Amino acid sequence: MGMMMDLAAFFDQAWVARLAILKGLGTTVAVSALAICLGTILGVGVGLALTYGARPLRWLTRGYTDFIRGTPVLVLVFASYYVLGTVGLDLPPFEAGVLALTVFCSSHVGEIVRGALQAIPAGQSESAKAIGLTFTQTFAYVLAPQALRQILPAWVNTAAEMVKASTLLSIIGVGELLLRIQELISRTFLSLDFYFFAGVLYFAVNYAIERFGRYVERRSALPT
Amino acid sequence: MSDCLLEIRNLHKSFGAVEVLKGVDCLMRPGEVISVIGSSGSGKTTMLRCINMLEDFQDGSIRIDGEEIGYEIIDGARRRKKEREIARQRALTGMAFQQFNLFPHMSAIDNVMLGLVKAKRMTRDAARDVAERWLERVGLRDRSDHYPSQLSGGQQQRVAIARAIAMNPKLMLFDEVTSALDPELVSEVLQVIKGLAADGMSMLIVTHEMRFAYEVSTRVIFMNQGRIGEEGDPREMFNRPRTERLTEFLKSSPFTK
Amino acid sequence: MGNTLNFAAVWRSFDLLLEGLALSLGLAFAGILIGCVIGLIVAFSLTAKAQLWRRPARLYVTIIRNTPILVLILFAYFALPELGLALSKTNSFILTLAIYSGAYLAEVFRAGLAAVPTGLHEAGLAIGLREGQIRNSVILPLMLRNVLPSLGSTFISLFKDTSLAAAIAIPELTFEARKINVESFRVVETWIVTCLLYVATCAALAALIRYAERRLAIPR
Repeated sequence: MGMMMDLAAFFDQAWVARLAILKGLGTTVAVSALAICLGTILGVGVGLALTYGARPLRWLTRGYTDFIRGTPVLVLVFASYYVLGTVGLDLPPFEAGVLALTVFCSSHVGEIVRGALQAIPAGQSESAKAIGLTFTQTFAYVLAPQALRQILPAWVNTAAEMVKASTLLSIIGVGELLLRIQELISRTFLSLDFYFFAGVLYFAVNYAIERFGRYVERRSALPT
Repeated sequence: MSDCLLEIRNLHKSFGAVEVLKGVDCLMRPGEVISVIGSSGSGKTTMLRCINMLEDFQDGSIRIDGEEIGYEIIDGARRRKKEREIARQRALTGMAFQQFNLFPHMSAIDNVMLGLVKAKRMTRDAARDVAERWLERVGLRDRSDHYPSQLSGGQQQRVAIARAIAMNPKLMLFDEVTSALDPELVSEVLQVIKGLAADGMSMLIVTHEMRFAYEVSTRVIFMNQGRIGEEGDPREMFNRPRTERLTEFLKSSPFTK
Repeated sequence: MGNTLNFAAVWRSFDLLLEGLALSLGLAFAGILIGCVIGLIVAFSLTAKAQLWRRPARLYVTIIRNTPILVLILFAYFALPELGLALSKTNSFILTLAIYSGAYLAEVFRAGLAAVPTGLHEAGLAIGLREGQIRNSVILPLMLRNVLPSLGSTFISLFKDTSLAAAIAIPELTFEARKINVESFRVVETWIVTCLLYVATCAALAALIRYAERRLAIPR
């Protein structure tokens, strides 16, 4: 009987707060989408620099990725939030958070791109050269398509990581889903119900991304 | 009837719906060296793997020195023996594999000693003595402390044979032991097997090496589609094949007299 | 804006940062130890013949891998007490780390098991060894060598995730850094030092793992 009353109270409160929850979900999507898009653009640049750059550029980029990957995401978020104010770039939490996640995403995407490009056998570019293609043509028609096959599943995985990382922005006060849920809990005291609810929502989103990733992997695979 | 080392009666084996052994009979006396030849899929490897219960079989019986292998009749029903019992029975035979299957994280001598220490429960010193003797016998005593990755294919196979024989089996089973070797490494392995045969070891050898089968065997069995097609003296079999199938098979196998 | 870098405030509290770092490493270590036990059990369950074992194992792995770790942390500390399991901050955090890493380690161990050639199992059978003997003398030693790199990188990941303990006010490195940041206003200095501590520790851990790999490697 107590359980039933709990569930009824939960659904009641959830319905009352539906707007806040939806707004939170919207913010989560916005944060994740921005971080993924900007992070991918930056990451492709990083990956290309690591693969084809001159020695000094490669060193610099390597330093960048090693530094970012050796730092916890939360520390990146805090650093972005606190530090940028002092150098005159006073960003509100949302922008600071997205910046941190973008940088984090770029280091992952950079590694993925580098790995995929370096996995292509040297013979591919050699034979392309032999039939007279320029580097740009080789990249566009021979290398990129093959690299993409390896990049896509890993990239989808990174996208899922970004959605999970968006929860960290609640700690600096960005109004995404987890923060909204926590506000709800502080009002209703239904911690168990609402944390479980949050878990279910995040699971649903990430599981959908996981399934999408497997679909992409199947579609992009070469016929056997 | 313990003049009989190996007795296979009416052996039937299926993989799912596909019957691979369709009633195989075989009698083998101690000291015999039998080569089993035939095309892929004829069931020769499967028959070998039934003898040491690496494969189960649905019907028929296998006896080694009178002992029923793998299954027993309890209250009229056919039951698989307990795993402990089957493990003990596996030590009655020794098997050398096409892919050697040496334990990569152990040196040659440790590979040979493992069965002696764990299954035969010998002391490490006693096991080391036995292992060194057999590595000497296959010509690799000076490589005792080498790891498989530091040995050539032929050397690895010789260690694998030493590992099997060190367990003092009544019957040695060879499953295409030279098929995975580079041609120039094949003869060192065949030499070892010839030596063991000369010492009186009972052997069942599945092989593609026709010349070797001709030279070392006391009997040859030709398997065809899950049954024994022909068997007999190697000279008779290779020079005057009686069945058409065997004639076809010999024509397609590189073998010069 | 015209400030020069002044590390004095950070140096004064450096011992607090180091204590926080030690706590982070301790949390990660405890988490991965229990996580390995969970991961090994789940890995064997994933490859078991019976659906009774496979289904729950798959479910566990899928749920954990698709849930943000922060949600798990908050759930473990705030929601579990309502179900009757009230743990201290540290214990609930270690439990979360264990359950979280267990799901990833299950895949690591499963792949490590699969990479052991099947012929070796047969060779063990052929010389009369029993299943348990084969598992202990042949399969597990080889699996350990296979999983060491992945196990190492999972540990490093887990170490970075300990920063989230700051969310429930456990005094590990990130929490201490934020305190110093807020109290001293030496923002840039604090976060530079904190980042460097994390990066240096990760690099040291990676070097340790490479050393372990070399020591265990089979001579070539």
